[in-house]
Amino acid sequence: MTTMTTTMTMDPVTINMVMALTVGVLYAVGFTLLLSRSLMRVLIGVVVLGHGTNLLLQLAGGPPARPPIVGTAPPESFADPLPQALALTAIVITFALTTLLLALGYRAFVLVGHDEVQDDVEDRRIARQKVPSAPLEAGDGDEQDVESADDEVEAAAARGRDAAS
Amino acid sequence: MLALVVAHLAVAALLPLVSARHRRAAFGVAAVLPTATLLWALANTAPALHGGLTTTTAWAPTLGLTLSFRLDALALAMVVLVSGIGAVILVYCIGYFGAESPEAPRNAALLLAFAGAMLGLVLADDLLTLYVFWELTSIASFLLVGQSGEQREERRAAVQALLVTVFGGLAMLLGFVLLGEAAGTYVIPEILAAGQAGRLHGGVLTAALLLILLGAFTKSAQLPFHPWLPAAMVAPTPVSAYLHAASMVKAGVYLVARLAPGFSDLPVWWVPVVVVGLATMVVGGWRALSATDLKQLLAFGTVSQLGFLMVLLGSGGPLGEISALAGVALLLAHGLFKAPLFMTVGAIDHATGSRDLRKLSGLRTAMPGTAAAAALAAASMAGLPPLLGFVGKEAAFAGFLDEGGLRGWIVALGLVLGSTLTAAYSARFLWGAFARKPGVEPTPVHHRPGALLTVPIWICSVAGLVLGIAYPVVDVLGASYAAPYPHVSGYHLALWHGLGLPLLFTAVALGGGLVLHAQRDRITALAPRSPLDAQRGYELTIAAIARVALGVTGRLQVGSLPAYLATILVAFVLLPGAATVLGGGWPAGQPLYHSVMQVPLAIVVVIAALAVARAKRRFTAVLLVGVIGYGVGGQFIVDGAPDLALAQFLVETLSLVAFVFVLRRLPADFTEERPPRRVRVPKAVLGTVGGAAVAAFAVVLSGARTEPSSTIGEFVRLAPAEAGANNVVSAIIVDFRALDTLVEIGVLFIAAAGVASLVLATRYDRRGRRRVESGQSSPEHEEDVLG
Repeated sequence: MTTMTTTMTMDPVTINMVMALTVGVLYAVGFTLLLSRSLMRVLIGVVVLGHGTNLLLQLAGGPPARPPIVGTAPPESFADPLPQALALTAIVITFALTTLLLALGYRAFVLVGHDEVQDDVEDRRIARQKVPSAPLEAGDGDEQDVESADDEVEAAAARGRDAAS
Repeated sequence: MLALVVAHLAVAALLPLVSARHRRAAFGVAAVLPTATLLWALANTAPALHGGLTTTTAWAPTLGLTLSFRLDALALAMVVLVSGIGAVILVYCIGYFGAESPEAPRNAALLLAFAGAMLGLVLADDLLTLYVFWELTSIASFLLVGQSGEQREERRAAVQALLVTVFGGLAMLLGFVLLGEAAGTYVIPEILAAGQAGRLHGGVLTAALLLILLGAFTKSAQLPFHPWLPAAMVAPTPVSAYLHAASMVKAGVYLVARLAPGFSDLPVWWVPVVVVGLATMVVGGWRALSATDLKQLLAFGTVSQLGFLMVLLGSGGPLGEISALAGVALLLAHGLFKAPLFMTVGAIDHATGSRDLRKLSGLRTAMPGTAAAAALAAASMAGLPPLLGFVGKEAAFAGFLDEGGLRGWIVALGLVLGSTLTAAYSARFLWGAFARKPGVEPTPVHHRPGALLTVPIWICSVAGLVLGIAYPVVDVLGASYAAPYPHVSGYHLALWHGLGLPLLFTAVALGGGLVLHAQRDRITALAPRSPLDAQRGYELTIAAIARVALGVTGRLQVGSLPAYLATILVAFVLLPGAATVLGGGWPAGQPLYHSVMQVPLAIVVVIAALAVARAKRRFTAVLLVGVIGYGVGGQFIVDGAPDLALAQFLVETLSLVAFVFVLRRLPADFTEERPPRRVRVPKAVLGTVGGAAVAAFAVVLSGARTEPSSTIGEFVRLAPAEAGANNVVSAIIVDFRALDTLVEIGVLFIAAAGVASLVLATRYDRRGRRRVESGQSSPEHEEDVLG
């Protein structure tokens, strides 16, 4: 068997330029879509990234060769079957992920009436705070101040949310 | 010894069963184990004093971790405090906590668990074992100070105690690791031997010792970390008497005493110990003179005495022998006089409902027995003969006066000043608790303390007197501890050393103390004028940490998903990207394509991908994604992967169907407002750079391969033979890697369940609330749905 692998004509084994460019473009588009605020665009970005990844997995096995089906060709000319098996698994998992994300996006749309990824109100409140909301040494008076400050931030966030939607 | 420690913890865990039947009986049951430990330790006195008694249990031998314990003179002295006073205080608790007290079950279990942890700490023979028990005592202290946590004061004091001691504990752990790695062992006697032989040196040793001292100073409430100890006085009095006077706060002193024989010659060790110890002794004594709460007075007194012990047990020097001897004597003496004084306060509190010395008056006649026992203990604290406190203090003065020189005189004078203050606050305590004060009504005694409250006080006070008279016993114990120091003086503890400077110093301290007490009104007026306030320093530090945490959180956790993803992407490009550029090489002879068919398929995929990025309508984007998917499927055919292509075409078609189902309910266009150019361009640039990085990885990493996979041959041979399949890929999926496939099917099931529940939930909503229609982008819509 070892003699067989060394006699294989798979030189050079690197990914060729056209395929590298294709994978690169798929990833670039996927990343760009992932960074946008529309949930639908993010979802499409995930799908495009999935295509890029599946292609990359298959390409990692080596350059084009004969399908690994015993009896149709000499075994020396077979493509590596292991990356194919892994890529096959990946394709199915990507499908599962896509449908689940799609359902989540749909549910979010039904609930809030739009499919935009909004900033987290709680995080924005923390960023705006001047004083920690629960200081270890706070007296009763301090707590009052913090609470009223919280209300203000909450009201401002609610106004912002209304304006956005 | 491990069995004893574990027994403490196990019985503590079972104690709630006893408490459920009889609350006060739990304390009696708890007292049995410390008593047994004390008897066991006393029975092993002979081997302990001659070389020590060692047991070792393997913990994780491959990591070099062992649980090793050793009973020697210093450990024996500490066991007397931990288990002896522990047992006495547990008995005192029977009288202190009421029959219906809701805190009793919790305190009984925690006190016994603490006794176990503290026992492990003083018996530990290796630094890591010691550290584990050290932190356990901190946690026990936190739980005992905090009590039920219902009052703000309790919570605040508990958090302060925990933060300060754990901060020191972590610093100490770092010091332990540095020291252990430098010495090549964590076994304490071996480290001390290496230190004495001068085999350890350099910056690592300096850092290690300073970090360890930091841990000891925080635990033993030394300047400037001391405020947690007076604050911890919110705990019930038996807890204060046990943890915050007799045992736990001595852990820092104990650690210094344990390591001093190996390192006290080094200035990096003795200078901080002497400076901090003396300052703590004086400041603590001064603050005690203006305290009005009896517990606060004793707490500041404890701070002061801990500074004193720190100096004696840590300073070493040419006559380290004498100060070590004095240190052991005073270590015992302090436990035996401070615990009964705290218990006295508890008894007074119990009888009158007050601890304020401005309100208490005339208790000398109302509680004569308690007053006599407290006077005995306070006399030992002040250093009156023939009590143990006097014996120890004489030795302390003698050691530093005989040493002479600048250091000897400075320390001796500092100790006199501290002892003067000690005598003054001892007098203040007795006066405040028991004297009849002019202009104050005699305090009514509601219920006279019973035997359970007074007998424990007497036991401790009388023990101080007995050990003072039977000083040779303490001398043998102290001499065994001081053995590693050079024997030059031939000094022994005694009640009478003849007329000399040490006796004069004692007289000066006692006389000065009485004068100070006589001038108490002026001192009380002076005291609040303190330029530095350590408690304020602690509060400012905590507030600053909270502000820094807020600032960091506000900047890092901005709450925007694109910002988070961009951060991950930048890190991905910079870290593995930089590594690839620096470490990898671009393969030579890079072909443009392997098969002509790859080129047109690639062009289709690239054009479709670029169009997706610019698509404005949802349906266009989804169709283009389909084009990409079929294009990639075509690539699979060219590559010789028909199974893959088949799966890809199927999945792509199914995805398109699913998308169409959802899209018919969504608006045709992306609702997102087109972001401004300054947001769009960086996003596109970042995405492009990320894509370029992936392409570069693909080329560089695949170029690192020198020959095809060696597993191909085996798969091809085994597929028909073992799996009965000619298609090697399907043989791998359903046979060789069948478990993977099984899990994959599981993932599909979970996804299907998720999709189904999400879709059904929407349908349910719509049936239940007719008004809600999907796709309405109004605030009312949100309110309607969310209720």
